[in-house]
Amino acid sequence: MIADDDEKWLAAATSAVKQNAFYMQRAIDSNNLKDALKFSAQMLGELRTSKLSPHKYYELYIRATDELRSLEMFFRDETARGCSIAELYELVQHAGNILPRLYLLCTIGSVYIKSKDVTAKDILKDLVEMCRAVQHPLRGLFLRSYLAQVTRDKLPSIGSELEGYRNMDALEFVLQNFTEMNKLWVRMQHQGPNRDKEKREKERNELRDLVGKNLHILGQLEGVDLVVYRDTVLPRILEQVVNCKDELAQCYLMDCIIQVFPDDFHLQTLDVLLGACPQLQPSVDIKTVLSGLMERLSNYAASSVEALPNFMQVDAFSKLDHAIGKVVEAQVDLSASASVTLYLFLLKFTLHVHSDRLDYVDQVLGSCVSQLSATGKLCDDKASKQIVAFLSAPLEKYKDVVTILKLTNYPRVMEYLDHDTNKAMAIIIIQSILKNDTRIATADEVDALFELIKGLIKDFDGLTDNDEIDEEDFQEEQNSVARLVHFLYNDDPEEMSKIIFRVRKHILTGGPKRLPLTIPPLVFSALKLIRRLRGGDENPFGDDTSTPQKILQLLTETVEVLSDVSASELALRLYLQCAQAANDCELETDAYEFFTKAYLLYEEEISDSKAQVTALRLIIGTLQRMRVFSVENRDILTHKATGYSTKLLKKPDQCRAVYECAHLYLAEEGENLKDGERVVVCLKKAQKIADAVQKWPVHPVVAVAWGLCLCMSNC
Amino acid sequence: MVLVLALGDLHVPHRAADLPPKFKSMLVPGKIQHIICTGNLCIKEIHDYLKTICPDLHIVRGEFDEDARYPETKTLTIGQFKLGLCHGHQVIPWGDLDSLAMLQRQLDVDILVTGHTHQFTAYKHEGGVVINPGSATGAYSSINQDVNPSFVLMDIDGLRVVVYVYELIDGEVKVDKIDFKKTSTSNSAP
Repeated sequence: MIADDDEKWLAAATSAVKQNAFYMQRAIDSNNLKDALKFSAQMLGELRTSKLSPHKYYELYIRATDELRSLEMFFRDETARGCSIAELYELVQHAGNILPRLYLLCTIGSVYIKSKDVTAKDILKDLVEMCRAVQHPLRGLFLRSYLAQVTRDKLPSIGSELEGYRNMDALEFVLQNFTEMNKLWVRMQHQGPNRDKEKREKERNELRDLVGKNLHILGQLEGVDLVVYRDTVLPRILEQVVNCKDELAQCYLMDCIIQVFPDDFHLQTLDVLLGACPQLQPSVDIKTVLSGLMERLSNYAASSVEALPNFMQVDAFSKLDHAIGKVVEAQVDLSASASVTLYLFLLKFTLHVHSDRLDYVDQVLGSCVSQLSATGKLCDDKASKQIVAFLSAPLEKYKDVVTILKLTNYPRVMEYLDHDTNKAMAIIIIQSILKNDTRIATADEVDALFELIKGLIKDFDGLTDNDEIDEEDFQEEQNSVARLVHFLYNDDPEEMSKIIFRVRKHILTGGPKRLPLTIPPLVFSALKLIRRLRGGDENPFGDDTSTPQKILQLLTETVEVLSDVSASELALRLYLQCAQAANDCELETDAYEFFTKAYLLYEEEISDSKAQVTALRLIIGTLQRMRVFSVENRDILTHKATGYSTKLLKKPDQCRAVYECAHLYLAEEGENLKDGERVVVCLKKAQKIADAVQKWPVHPVVAVAWGLCLCMSNC
Repeated sequence: MVLVLALGDLHVPHRAADLPPKFKSMLVPGKIQHIICTGNLCIKEIHDYLKTICPDLHIVRGEFDEDARYPETKTLTIGQFKLGLCHGHQVIPWGDLDSLAMLQRQLDVDILVTGHTHQFTAYKHEGGVVINPGSATGAYSSINQDVNPSFVLMDIDGLRVVVYVYELIDGEVKVDKIDFKKTSTSNSAP
């Protein structure tokens, strides 16, 4: 209903404006000054209405002021004809009401600014004072807006300091107009009953650009350099902003200042600008203001390298850090998410401007930690998200986790994440390493890294919430950790050895669910090291920890752990790998040990028949390649293997296994290994088993066995 | 022309973090019609990755594979060729050509693809071909001291197969090719 009425009134007012404008134009065309003034006053009378909403009033205002342009041109022609400003002023007084009169006076005044009979200073001063007569907020704002608009491109420039002074008239004018407009705008907040507060704020928001326009004008005034800005413009603006004590105005205007004026101005007046922040109303969203400022400064730094030294010179970083600290201190009920956001922007600023100063970055992290320590571990999703963004920023910037490891406060920030988010962050860190092919090259770096990812490495104290974890997710997590192990590497064998010992220490805290996934990569990393040590020169260090033996010893102890957590098949395979490594190092005792352990596992832990077949095959295959054993040792092991073969569940498997054992009595080199007799014994045994298998088509198995026999008889 | 990718022994994450980036950029989805894999992936993530390159994926079980459901051997027919697939740890002595040839006869295939030794080989043997694509990640092997990442691409065209082997040596991808022609009579009876 009200909307309809609004439309109705606007329609009525607009048609009245149109009508009067038509007559005004006719008067102008016939050079009838008096009539022109009469009709223009009538037209402007429509703007006296209180019935319209700001939005609709604006439409009417545009209509009317559009028409005033032709009047303005007419006035200019009149002055050319010799009509003085005094005369025109006199004529205008006949307009009955204040508002139309003032619109006309502004129009006339603007024409005369550049004239010679009156100084610009006087006109501007008069105009801005006269408008005080209209104290109604909406009408006053639009009137002054018209004043700003109509004088805009006619203002005298401020000029350089030639005669020892600067022509500040234009500046004074705009600043005063701004101040008055802001006052009117703020007054709107308190008009009317409390229940309409929201509506009023909405309406005020629609009008805010009218006020902000003045700042734009200031920004574009000729002659506003750093000195003028710093000494006059900024202090005056801030004075009004602070004194008006209005949340809406303060928020909008601070943002306006930041967006309108050049970045290097802000840099040089950082103290003043930041000093205003604590003076603002407590309900003002300071973080938006500060983040807007920091973002602008970051972009400034990113776009112009020459400006970077200025940042150092004004010590921008500490000023911002300090300001944020004060804000956070002052606003006691600032949410965790909000304060982290503030630090996030400061961090981004630091990474842009001072990326080489890790101490600054660390300092920001530290400030954030102090702030978070007040709140304790976070259960707030929003805040957690912000912290993840906070921690990811340096990762993305440096792309090198090794740099991150130098930030002492980084792990401290991670402490404040809840378990799941902590693990998610750990995965992000690991993925950074995988993606950027980062090498973690010292044992100390390994320690630092595992401190960061400890949420993945072991259960949190007192919490074994394994039931809640999705099985697939858990596996993926641990596989990430496994992949990570291959990036923990150093060419220097001694350091590499240290790394392996250190990684083992961390991994062993993982518990039965993690070990089968994390131990294998460690084992293979160690086996690679053994191969390197073997291939290299005689160990020059004489250090105990980096001999193949010591590492094999470590491997024994490590793989043992797997059998304790029922990963016997895996353990058996790893023992066999170790045996081969020992073989390559000519360490017979160690190799024999590994086989013993493998056999023990086979006998005691591997009961599934299919698993037995595979395990036995691996044993035979490995044993076949061993060269380091003495005749007796080889005999013992071979005999046992053959024994296992005959005890397999299914006959075809037995047959196959037994003839495979025949290979154990045969080797390419060394006469003493070739035991033709035993080979034949094996084959005969195999044949016997094959015969016993009635229902099986004999032909593939026996044929294969005979084929083998033929091959061997050729040796 | 039918493109068949043969690879295996990736051993992710036990022995390697991932395929070399240069290989990954070559293995583009949609270009390959079949993948045959000798096993030892070892985890589901690699299985899923291979599936994105080509949905027709054939895998056999390696001794470190996490998924116990892969078969020990597999045979399939592509064009005029019968292919056999087996990881190779089952054939003792490991890598022995005669023993592999026995398996070939047993499976009755023209092309036998096995792995386990992490060493690329391709032999013509008694009217058939025995191929080992090596380890696609260059994973550690107790059998082979010096492993370079490698895989094989077979171009099957009528009675002819061209075997391309891609090896990553000192950071560069080197390609070699071998031609095989199948005689119109099938391979010898066992």
